[in-house]
Amino acid sequence: MRISDKFDELKINGDGALIAYVCAGDGDTTGIVHALIRGGADIVELGLPFSDPIADGPTIQASIERALDAGMNPDRYFEMVKGLGVDVPLVVMTYYNLIFKRGLERFVKDCKDSGITGVIVPDLPPEESGELGGYCEGNGVDLIFLIAPTTTGGRLEDILKRGTGFLYLVSRLGVTGARDDVAGSTKEVLDRVKTDKPKAVGFGISSGEQAAEIIKGGAQGVIVGSAFVDIIASGQDVVRRLEALAREIKSSLG
Amino acid sequence: MNKKQKGKFGRFGGQFVPEVLMPAVKELEQEYERFRDDPEFKQELDYYLKDFAGRPTPLYHARRLSEKYGIKVYLKREDLVHGGAHKLNNTLGQALLAKYMGKRRLIAETGAGQHGTATAMAGANLGIATEVYMGAKDMQRQRMNVYRMELMGTKVIPVTSGSQTLKDAINEALRDWVSNVEDTHYLIGSVVGPHPYPTIVRDFQSVIGNEVKQQIMEKEGRLPDSIIACTGGGSNAIGTFYPFIADTEVKLFAVEAGGSGMESTDKAALHSASLCVGEEGVLHGARTKILQDPYGQILESHSISAGLDYSGVGPELAYLAETGRIKPANTSDDEALAAFHELSRMEGIIPALESSHALAYLAKVAGSGELGEIVVINLSGRGDKDLETVLEKGAL
Repeated sequence: MRISDKFDELKINGDGALIAYVCAGDGDTTGIVHALIRGGADIVELGLPFSDPIADGPTIQASIERALDAGMNPDRYFEMVKGLGVDVPLVVMTYYNLIFKRGLERFVKDCKDSGITGVIVPDLPPEESGELGGYCEGNGVDLIFLIAPTTTGGRLEDILKRGTGFLYLVSRLGVTGARDDVAGSTKEVLDRVKTDKPKAVGFGISSGEQAAEIIKGGAQGVIVGSAFVDIIASGQDVVRRLEALAREIKSSLG
Repeated sequence: MNKKQKGKFGRFGGQFVPEVLMPAVKELEQEYERFRDDPEFKQELDYYLKDFAGRPTPLYHARRLSEKYGIKVYLKREDLVHGGAHKLNNTLGQALLAKYMGKRRLIAETGAGQHGTATAMAGANLGIATEVYMGAKDMQRQRMNVYRMELMGTKVIPVTSGSQTLKDAINEALRDWVSNVEDTHYLIGSVVGPHPYPTIVRDFQSVIGNEVKQQIMEKEGRLPDSIIACTGGGSNAIGTFYPFIADTEVKLFAVEAGGSGMESTDKAALHSASLCVGEEGVLHGARTKILQDPYGQILESHSISAGLDYSGVGPELAYLAETGRIKPANTSDDEALAAFHELSRMEGIIPALESSHALAYLAKVAGSGELGEIVVINLSGRGDKDLETVLEKGAL
């Protein structure tokens, strides 16, 4: 399913999107993804683990390490995604070297063939993205860009022009990881980014209360990662708790 | 291939960093353009290089070594720079740049502690708060360097993620920079990372090659036939080579760490020879040659010398190797150790294990005629820091 179709559907219902991140290969990924969708996740962002994840905080770093130790690799990743059998948009989040090594064209084709309709690459700024962007466009896959509190002026305009699917607004300076508050910079970024494309806010969101505040602030979606990964890391009652947290956050987005 | 593209060396280099950092690397690019030729900045840096770092360093004719190998061997004595290695050339330059840019805090990564120590020196001297990320394993192995940094008022932060060594320290320093980009300068220790770092560090280290050029003309009235430098990230190598790039009659040898063998296991290479056997990829912000598995996961590297123990190499070196201007080579842990002992005994100079790799290349190929009649070896550092490693090898 294309990301834009999902946002159109949500718009009709006046709903905000819950975009859930987990790292593939850390735990029973198929069971985890289905639990998140049962809880109400509208889009699932499935991490493809890389050995040197510089944009991630300790929670997701540890998840990536567990996934790599368990043997996750790009071949197994696409194989696994093919077998998921879900009807929400799937997005791959990974670092550029894995894409580069596989070959840009092959990577994007693998995405398309396995049912992935969006790509997020945290270490690929628009300046370096021309070639990958071309393959994505040719294959009906969205290349999703990040916008940081430090993104301004001509660079912001460039990203607004290039970005497809949704715009990933980074709510604060720093790496991924759950926090209790909503950063003051979030509202500022939301106000500053003027576009018709859907805006989703990530980095630090862990509760329905925070998520509601962000939707009220003008976002069309929230991205939640570390809070889910914390549950996976605990190994306790994982599937039930993931579903419950997804439901709690989703119910606050209406 | 577009050679003129900003921040690229052929297709190598670039800026593969998180969006949060893009404005920072662009700011650094602009500010460096502004200050690099600023007379006041240059004068101040010259002053520190001379009176604080002890430049210029001698170009020393190693007589006994020359006799043994039958060619004239000159050693560029970077081991005599304050702190015992070439590292201070770069940290003084960048710390001063950070001061001109109004940054209030320096962060750096360090492997064995040499770059961390050089950053601590520059930070203390210029009065800028300094924090250094260092792998927890490296901190145990290099307690004295940790203490040296702390003596100079630097906070050393242990890195417990990943393999707990240099590449993880860089990851952690990047994460810090992402969080504190507004008031912090990330002082990278080698010609790696996103543009403009490979250019900035090369320029600050080019003082080595510029001095060599002047000194060899004074002593020999001509350029050397070849120059040898050890190469990890490659800052001492490119700093020595750069002023000679256009002098195509001078052969340039970049000697990497051959470690304990040129093979790799699932997660680690037994060497650090990215130029020799690495494949193209993107690591720490730049497209370059890296050690990686078939999927693109970064392999841990190995060398007896911590300063060469890195899974990547500067993008400009990758480009120069591809165009054939520099020749990549490698010498093993054992060959470096033998050269370490040889220079100590024959010349009364204890070289760093890093520099010992360059010396070992002399021993390896001097007989072949490949080096010509006059060779300059960059003695990038002194070996006092390595005594414990050498003792462990029980090699006397």
